[in-house]
Amino acid sequence: MVGEESHGYWVILLTFVAAYVLAVLPLPQWLLWGRPEWLALMLIYWTIALPHKVGIVTGLVLGVGLDVLEGAVLGQNAFALVVVALLSLILYQRLRVYGLWQQTGVVFVLIGINQLICQWVQNLEGLGARSLFFLLPAVSSALLWPVVLHTLRGLRRYYRVS
Amino acid sequence: MLLAALAVVILIMADLRFNRMETIRSLLDTIATPVYWLADLPTRLGDWSEVHLQSRSQLLEDNERLLQENLVLQGRSLQMSSLQAENVRLRALLNSAALLRDDVLVAELIGISPDPVRHQLVLNKGRSDGVFVGQPLIDAAGLMGQVVEVSAENSRALLITDVTHSIPVQVNRNGVRAIAEGTGALGTLEIHHVSATTDIQRGDLLVSSGLGGRFPVGYPVAVVSDIERDPGQAFARILAIPSAALDRSRHVLLVFTADSGEEG
Repeated sequence: MVGEESHGYWVILLTFVAAYVLAVLPLPQWLLWGRPEWLALMLIYWTIALPHKVGIVTGLVLGVGLDVLEGAVLGQNAFALVVVALLSLILYQRLRVYGLWQQTGVVFVLIGINQLICQWVQNLEGLGARSLFFLLPAVSSALLWPVVLHTLRGLRRYYRVS
Repeated sequence: MLLAALAVVILIMADLRFNRMETIRSLLDTIATPVYWLADLPTRLGDWSEVHLQSRSQLLEDNERLLQENLVLQGRSLQMSSLQAENVRLRALLNSAALLRDDVLVAELIGISPDPVRHQLVLNKGRSDGVFVGQPLIDAAGLMGQVVEVSAENSRALLITDVTHSIPVQVNRNGVRAIAEGTGALGTLEIHHVSATTDIQRGDLLVSSGLGGRFPVGYPVAVVSDIERDPGQAFARILAIPSAALDRSRHVLLVFTADSGEEG
């Protein structure tokens, strides 16, 4: 049992590292605004799947990591991910019974909130965007939700993460 | 939840208002290096295959071309040395400080900021190589930006096009001074507060003026691309295109100016 549990943590950690790499992967200029929020997507999945293991503290730690990677104000993504984790924790029972498209809708809103918070902190710094392009990741992330869901669910079942 | 919210607010305040996070940040940056390394891997593999899988004829062709280029450049530098000597003599006549040649350190790009509003690069040289905060960054074509964060093995540089960046420049043709500010768009700088009657034309080269003491004198910064003189406005609206290949350079040069030792 103990062995299996540590095995489980390992898979979760690996998916988050993958999310970090995807988050800083160099992209062509025209794709830059639409980069999906990989870390938030994976955080939402793991919170829904394992709410007793992954939650607000995970969001906080992951967010600080992302801030360091992005060179953002320390706490910007942490703030956003804490809120996303909290909302996922509140919604997880409903989300589990939702159909795929309903889930996609909720993910769109969650990532949208994530983007709004990031935008708000950037505004404090004087870096605010002048268009609504900063909401584009919400669309791309929502579109990727089915892929993320099936991949992570497959991983979770294969490695029996619990 | 409350605790997390409190932690986040304290973090944001500490970083944004009081700049208390420098040491923690540089420590965390060191840990972040492997992530950048992984993200950079596909590009490096591409480079590697390009280097190792080139045909012999291609290499010979390149070699031939580079030899010719080298010859031309050497020819130019011959003239250069005499001009430099002349420049030093003239400066001595004018009682001004001699221009010393700057030392450079070649750094490789290992990451770019994933956030489109932040124009930052991550470089593979850090404190152990002598990199310091405020160090100018150039490429083959012009000035790129300056170092804003240094950790043990890598550093983070702010590009001149970032919204928060400004650089003192002067028109190479007549010495008119101005300040070029980043616009947040990678191909555009904006020159503010130049009066409508100032002698500045489209195509003028802007070089760093050295005022402010951060950037060395005389590196090309941008070329004026657009001037709008509205009689109703006190200042002309001037846009310029950065000379450096800000989104293409993979190898960049960190400049050690003659007097940068004390700063670092």
